[in-house]
Amino acid sequence: MLNSIKNTLGSLMLVEMLKGMALTGRYFFAKKITIQYPEERTPQSNRFRGLHALRRYPNGEERCIACKLCEAVCPAMAITIESDQREDGTRRTTRYDIDLTKCIFCGFCEESCPVDSIVETRIFDYHGEQRGDLIYTKQMLLEVGDKYEAQIAEDRAQDKVYR
Amino acid sequence: MQFFAELFGSYWADVQLVVWTLIKIVAIVLPLMIGVAYLTLAERKVIGFMQVRIGPNRVGYFGLLQPLADGLKLLFKEIILPTASNKALFFIGPVLAIAPAFAAWAVIPFDATLVLANVDAGLLYILAMTSVAVYGVIIAGWASNSKYAFLGALRSAAQIVSYEIAMGFTLVGVLMCANSLNLGNIVMGQEGGFWHWYFLPLFPLFVVYFISAVAETNRAPFDVAEGESEIVAGFHVEYSGMAFAVFFLAEYANMMLVSMLAALMFLGGWLSPVPFLPDSILWLLAKVAFLLFLFLWFRATFPRYRYDQIMRLGWKVFIPITLVWIVVVGAMMQTQWAYLFH
Repeated sequence: MLNSIKNTLGSLMLVEMLKGMALTGRYFFAKKITIQYPEERTPQSNRFRGLHALRRYPNGEERCIACKLCEAVCPAMAITIESDQREDGTRRTTRYDIDLTKCIFCGFCEESCPVDSIVETRIFDYHGEQRGDLIYTKQMLLEVGDKYEAQIAEDRAQDKVYR
Repeated sequence: MQFFAELFGSYWADVQLVVWTLIKIVAIVLPLMIGVAYLTLAERKVIGFMQVRIGPNRVGYFGLLQPLADGLKLLFKEIILPTASNKALFFIGPVLAIAPAFAAWAVIPFDATLVLANVDAGLLYILAMTSVAVYGVIIAGWASNSKYAFLGALRSAAQIVSYEIAMGFTLVGVLMCANSLNLGNIVMGQEGGFWHWYFLPLFPLFVVYFISAVAETNRAPFDVAEGESEIVAGFHVEYSGMAFAVFFLAEYANMMLVSMLAALMFLGGWLSPVPFLPDSILWLLAKVAFLLFLFLWFRATFPRYRYDQIMRLGWKVFIPITLVWIVVVGAMMQTQWAYLFH
């Protein structure tokens, strides 16, 4: 009885409404947590899985030996590899395509690679303007690798102790 | 001037009156439109701040050109006419929604002398105008020939009718205190510092009025007529481009109208809260801005009411409260404490 009177009075006095408004009122003056993207960026892990890259050895030789483990492990079947023997007798890829519209960025290709050739970089804001622009060929992937090798190598070095 | 006077001959005085009135109308509607535009920005900013975001800040410094960009975008968008709709009613809907929202401003006094039409039954006129606005919503919902729009219109009609009763009763309390339907006189009756404003003796009515006003304008937490998570966008789901923008304008113009009314009737209009500061239109604008901020604050705080709860609140809580308080006020006015209400 007493409780129901108390409840009725409370709702008539809009007590809980005012409590709610006090809460939002406090947040009105709180420090804003928005990160203004192009100028500011969220911190990234060195294990970030973004755009793919094919790496080279320091002497310029491409790492990939066309073992096709990445193609086999890829759950989205986004990787297509064709291989052939090069003049010096080593096995190399003649085609290495990643369809980024299929890719789910799981990182299995990177984990399966025995020579740390295919890697995922920190780049996440890339785009294509035409159909087919997001199917990356071997040449494009190697260029990405050449361009960001310093960052890639640093991230791998940091993560090495946990592998 | 001479040329025109000769051209119109004996009608010259009438022509002058019409032109002068038109100029005054533009002088009211133009700031109103700009106010509406910046209210949308204020809403996004305030709600953003309450959600620990910063809101739009890309178009112009502090996002100040955002309303302009939004308006331009809507202007250039196609107005899609649904095949199954009633074409004539489809276009009358938005017009009927926005016209009363602006027309009601004719009798609003901004200052002791600054009023377009100093009508004696000003309050009655405003009540009539705001009641017409619901037809815009109903017609839009009906003409769209879409189930969501129709449901939104039904909800809106029932809700506005219910809350108009409570709102009307709260105004009766004000009328009893002011002994006048003229908005200017109502404000002048509150002269002499904020302890003479009507919101103190009529506090329950003030609260009921403001909550009913939120419901009348279909604003959160009473926005079941739009209810985007339930019925997409309610009555204006089929509208696009400028036709949609007109509904948007009407909603915000109505918000400003009910805030203005609350400021005039309960918060002493342009009167300054303390006797030693001069009365000014700035006080009125400050009061309206505060009430509008409350609208945005509510929207950022409260989740949407369930429909039956809205009906319960309107019929079983607000109407009894207002009735009881009117009786209390009426009884008190027969006693020695009558001076409290004048």
